[in-house]
Amino acid sequence: MPPAQPPRAGSHDHGSGLRWNAWNLVLLAPLLMLVTPWFNFDGPRLVGLPFFYWYQLAFVPVSAICVAIVYVKTKDEPTSATDHSGRPTVDDLDSSTSDRRKR
Amino acid sequence: MQWTELVVFSALFLLVTVLGFVASRWKNAGSSLDHLDEWGLGGRKFGSWITWFMVGGDLYTAYTFVAVPALIFGAGALGFYALPYTVIVYPLVFLPLLRMWSVSRVHGYVTTADFVRGRYGSRTLAFLVAITGIVATMPYIALQLVGLEAVLRTMGLNAGGLLGHLPLLIAFLILALYTYQSGLRAPALIAFVKDGLIYVVILVAAIYLPSKFGGWGHIFDSASDALAKPGANGKPKGSIFLTGSNQLQYATLALGSALALFLYPHMQTGILASKSRKVIKKNMMALPIYSVLLGVLAMLGYIALTSGAKPIVNHATGKPDSNTIFPVLFDQQFPSWFAGIAFAAIGIGALVPAAIMSIGAANLWTRNIYKEYVNRGATPAQEAKQAKLASLVVKFGAVAFILFIDPQFSIDLQLIGGVMILQTLPAVAVALYTRWLHIRGLVIGWFVGMGWGLYLLYTIPNPATNHAHFGGSALTLEKLSLLGWHPFGGSQTQIYVGVVALAANAVVAVVVTVIAHAFKVSNGLDRTHPADYHAEDGSPNVKPIAVH
Repeated sequence: MPPAQPPRAGSHDHGSGLRWNAWNLVLLAPLLMLVTPWFNFDGPRLVGLPFFYWYQLAFVPVSAICVAIVYVKTKDEPTSATDHSGRPTVDDLDSSTSDRRKR
Repeated sequence: MQWTELVVFSALFLLVTVLGFVASRWKNAGSSLDHLDEWGLGGRKFGSWITWFMVGGDLYTAYTFVAVPALIFGAGALGFYALPYTVIVYPLVFLPLLRMWSVSRVHGYVTTADFVRGRYGSRTLAFLVAITGIVATMPYIALQLVGLEAVLRTMGLNAGGLLGHLPLLIAFLILALYTYQSGLRAPALIAFVKDGLIYVVILVAAIYLPSKFGGWGHIFDSASDALAKPGANGKPKGSIFLTGSNQLQYATLALGSALALFLYPHMQTGILASKSRKVIKKNMMALPIYSVLLGVLAMLGYIALTSGAKPIVNHATGKPDSNTIFPVLFDQQFPSWFAGIAFAAIGIGALVPAAIMSIGAANLWTRNIYKEYVNRGATPAQEAKQAKLASLVVKFGAVAFILFIDPQFSIDLQLIGGVMILQTLPAVAVALYTRWLHIRGLVIGWFVGMGWGLYLLYTIPNPATNHAHFGGSALTLEKLSLLGWHPFGGSQTQIYVGVVALAANAVVAVVVTVIAHAFKVSNGLDRTHPADYHAEDGSPNVKPIAVH
């Protein structure tokens, strides 16, 4: 995608700043609960609750676990310039992040 | 008049009122409340616990407690959409929220429109985002009032005419005053009380009520029988399962509502007030606990059906108000003092989101309309003053909604707002990742999505309430017409209007973007930097908070 890149001091070539991590795909798993034909029926019941209800309630922990997995697995991703090494200007910070990425 | 309930309710209401005013001195607010970072975002320093209580109290509103059981009571399984909605929302918004927080922290953005302004350098686009946010939030605040009023009427404050609305006005006036005084700190502090009460009330109800009515199995069976009886239009009222025609509606409504939630000012305000990316990440894991509560609460609608509870006749409209069904259930099944606690939980549950919503809308007004068009050189102190005043205006605008529109439509009002706010998704959420979409495309797409969405809502009748227009958000596919062509002729399947309008918006935005890029039309100036989207608290390039 070649958008008309705006003029910017010290323009950077590391694209849009997007970080790809395959673990992030886990976040899509809870969307499976939108496939209604898979659970829109009565049995088997759990403590009297029809399948429709307890199946969807079961997705609450599933969703939380999916987020937790991504949280743990992407914990070490560098946030920009978390090092307090006394480099105050934006451009210095940028070069430090791009250095890190090359490694 | 239910005196015991009223006394308990009033005592708890008094407690949160005191908290609301005391909040102005909480967490070093002191004299610094004359900056939007402080008044409108609580100093951007809420940690994990405060954020959890506040955002939980913000997202799970009186709408949750009143309208969702009412919808289940009236129509069955479709009302359960609120559960998948609040389950898929966290994984869905996890990454975009982090980007939004970081870029806002670096540049000192207070609203989503601030971000759009910085990302595209376009006043017009920022204005559209801001005005959409304000207009969509109004009915959402009104919905909180409906929840509050349902409780007040159940306690016997159920007079006709303007007198019937008086208790509501008083409650809202108090809320308006302490929000004016303390800003976001007020709902943040009150949220502790609100959420605490809600957890107690729902847990007790979830343990006690099912056994009293013969267990969940029996409850679902008898609710199923009750729903099978013919309703106002001769067809069954509903079903405890989805039907062939409303499954798509159920899924798209849940998805659309989740996407809309990301864009709402009250969500963004709650998130931008948090201290760090880590706080947001932890909360995205912990907030689903509220969804369990919501699921249980929704099923209380079936207990109400089984118990034979009848909604109270609202003396202002002369019609049964289905929103009272949950309060009535508590009124009948529990001792008065406990019902009073439950009512206070709902009442305070209305105040927290109403306060945050009005602050979010006031921030939008101040930053993206007042400062952009009225007083370009506004100082931070003037901004804060303006936002305080705007929060009052927004609240009383919402009161006007209640006075002039049938409360029966509370949930649909919010759904209209949802359709509207969804139209800002390309400009806000997509722009967090790429600015490939062109300003012109975003603007024209917004107009198309908004126009078509509102038109479709206008064409939807509601036979049950005898309304020819704005009868809900479920569009029957056979009625879908593209300039006279009916692509789904004969199909009875229903779909949520919001996603249809959003799809049109997106297609138009992409087409115009391709054309605009082909002709090399300027696409504005981007003040953000790729690294901004990953900045964490403590990073040297974040903007100092509340500096004049």
